[in-house]
Amino acid sequence: MIKTTLKLAGAIAAGAFAMSAMAADITGAGATFPYPIYAKWADAYKKATGTGLNYQSIGSGGGIKQITAKTVDFGASDMPLSGEELDKNGLVQFPAIMGGVVPVYNLKEVKSGELKFTGEVLAAIFAGKIKKWNEAPIAQLNPGVKLPDEAISVVHRSDGSGTTFVWSNYLSKTSADWKSSIGEGTSVKWPTGVGGKGNEGVASYVQRINGAIGYVEYAYAKQNKLSFGAVKNKDGQFVMPDDDTFKAAAAGADWAKTPGMGVILTEQSGKSSWPITSASFILMHKAQEKPESAKEVLKFFDWAYKNGAAMAAELDYVPMPEAVVKQIQAEWKGKIKDASGKGLY
Amino acid sequence: MEGGFRVTQAGPMQQHLKTSRPASPPLPMNTATLPISQTQESVEARARPVPPAPRERAGNAFADILFTNLTRAAALLVFSLLAAIMLSLVAGSGMSIMKFGPAFLWNAEWDPVQQNFGALVPIFGTLVTAAIAMIIAVPVSFGIALFLTELSPKWLKRPLGTAIELLAAIPSIIYGMWGLFVFSPLFMEYVQPFMIKTFGAIPGVGLLFGGPPMGIGMFTAGLILSIMVIPFITAVMRDVFDLVPPMLKESAYGLGGTTWEVMYQVVLPYTKVGVVGGVMLGLGRALGETMAVTFVIGNAHQLSPSLFAPGNSIASALANEFTEAVGDLYSSALIELGLILFLITIVVLAFSKLMLSRLARQEGARS
Repeated sequence: MIKTTLKLAGAIAAGAFAMSAMAADITGAGATFPYPIYAKWADAYKKATGTGLNYQSIGSGGGIKQITAKTVDFGASDMPLSGEELDKNGLVQFPAIMGGVVPVYNLKEVKSGELKFTGEVLAAIFAGKIKKWNEAPIAQLNPGVKLPDEAISVVHRSDGSGTTFVWSNYLSKTSADWKSSIGEGTSVKWPTGVGGKGNEGVASYVQRINGAIGYVEYAYAKQNKLSFGAVKNKDGQFVMPDDDTFKAAAAGADWAKTPGMGVILTEQSGKSSWPITSASFILMHKAQEKPESAKEVLKFFDWAYKNGAAMAAELDYVPMPEAVVKQIQAEWKGKIKDASGKGLY
Repeated sequence: MEGGFRVTQAGPMQQHLKTSRPASPPLPMNTATLPISQTQESVEARARPVPPAPRERAGNAFADILFTNLTRAAALLVFSLLAAIMLSLVAGSGMSIMKFGPAFLWNAEWDPVQQNFGALVPIFGTLVTAAIAMIIAVPVSFGIALFLTELSPKWLKRPLGTAIELLAAIPSIIYGMWGLFVFSPLFMEYVQPFMIKTFGAIPGVGLLFGGPPMGIGMFTAGLILSIMVIPFITAVMRDVFDLVPPMLKESAYGLGGTTWEVMYQVVLPYTKVGVVGGVMLGLGRALGETMAVTFVIGNAHQLSPSLFAPGNSIASALANEFTEAVGDLYSSALIELGLILFLITIVVLAFSKLMLSRLARQEGARS
């Protein structure tokens, strides 16, 4: 009786080990900004190769913390780390995808695309200086639009977020007032408003609260059918967000010169550039303790750069151009090594 | 006349509540003058069998020693866990304590960019939401307990009691989701504009109800908390009301007392200790509740007199920001918030024990 039980237990354990050896899932955590496209890529990749990707969208701050603590195979962040921070933690950084952050609002009388904003006006709204929708600065920009006499409910992020970094970076560039009083970062001191968790939380609050304004990545605005407005870019044109305007903003970026490829794409010049564009970055350790997982991660992103462009275009993200992909692959060859110093790509 | 009272059917919930209620100090053993105000503890003490003195015990001495030491170890485990948690909280918040000192407690800023942190907003939010929860929950629980013990028809007592226990069993995150997806849109569309219009006009009170109707905020969080806390307080109150000797109540009714007079002047004074214990139990839950509050409190580090404004509580600030706090000072400030919540809970517990001991002492003296 005992012998059979032991044999049975041994067989089950062996089976479990065998199964766990087959499922070589890669784990990643971080930004909610690129989560829709990473999820789509992961789905297609699993169908194509059988390897799954487990990505937790916990915010860029969480992604940076997790990869530094080595609890995941790669971290994702919309805020690029500086050269010194990368060196201090022994990390390699490369861009995976580009997209835009859009201002979304919830007004019964005003449809999507009817409102125009400038960076100054957005900074004043999010700083709590403009309190009602029908105040002068907004009315001046939107002469034909019937703005209600309703209070503005600001919605921002409650967690550490790269989307917040992109947004606050843009507001710092366009409003000296914002730059001196609030500044930029993954988490800032919001003077007013309600905090939602993740891009999903902000989208959810803006949908529910009448007269709300918030900022989300473009894919979330589209998927949740939120109203978004046009913003004035560096060249003085009012542009609406879509993948053409994101591509135009990304066209002039110089990836090679910036340390860690950490280019920030807000307020780029160009007649049709969307001013709040951003790349989303992947962080991996230079010295890999688990070379097998590292190889799988590099294989995934290689596959995504080659085959993921169509899926990215569907969700209005901008895939990395060919030339940049070559630079990224050179980075992998040169920097990501296992314990014995052998290159993994 | 101990045989006169009825022992309640103790379900698992009541058992847990009975043992977790703070005990009162022992009453004088002078049974001849012992008043009818017996507490449940003294009754239980008389019912509990006294184990024989060790010398008289026959049998396996080794098993006895093993048993004694195992139980002793389990008790010590509790102490050591408590000490370990306190130590790790203090160690983790060391950096923040050294940088900010006591000013941390009244600093209203929470600026991760400038690394300037202060606990005033989360502490304020925790206390205000707990206060709103208590102000709503205690009268409602009292009403439910009164109904269950005095006024309800016999066939309704058990289903209603079970329904209340089920309310307590619902996970708190379900309350949060219900609050965000069902309650707050209805609140925002229908109730809040009405409240802002009627109360907003009154000069002083108007400040409490200002701001745009958003559905979420401190008032909503307090309301959801009160719904979560009502089952606990009701269960304790109902148990304790049931323990009042019927003879007491019959005498009062016989003298011409109304139901309210009997409740207020006979039952409540008799069960003061248990009622206060139940309220403290509910307060402890309201102070520490995390997920339900995070969904509906609005997560804004702002101080505002309006109840409809979004705020933050210590537990929800920790839940939102801890996994992503970049930087040692940020993490340390969050751990210090946790330490402050721990200390608030200890203070509330100590205060409740003080109040209970004073009440119990008064009871003994009144004979």
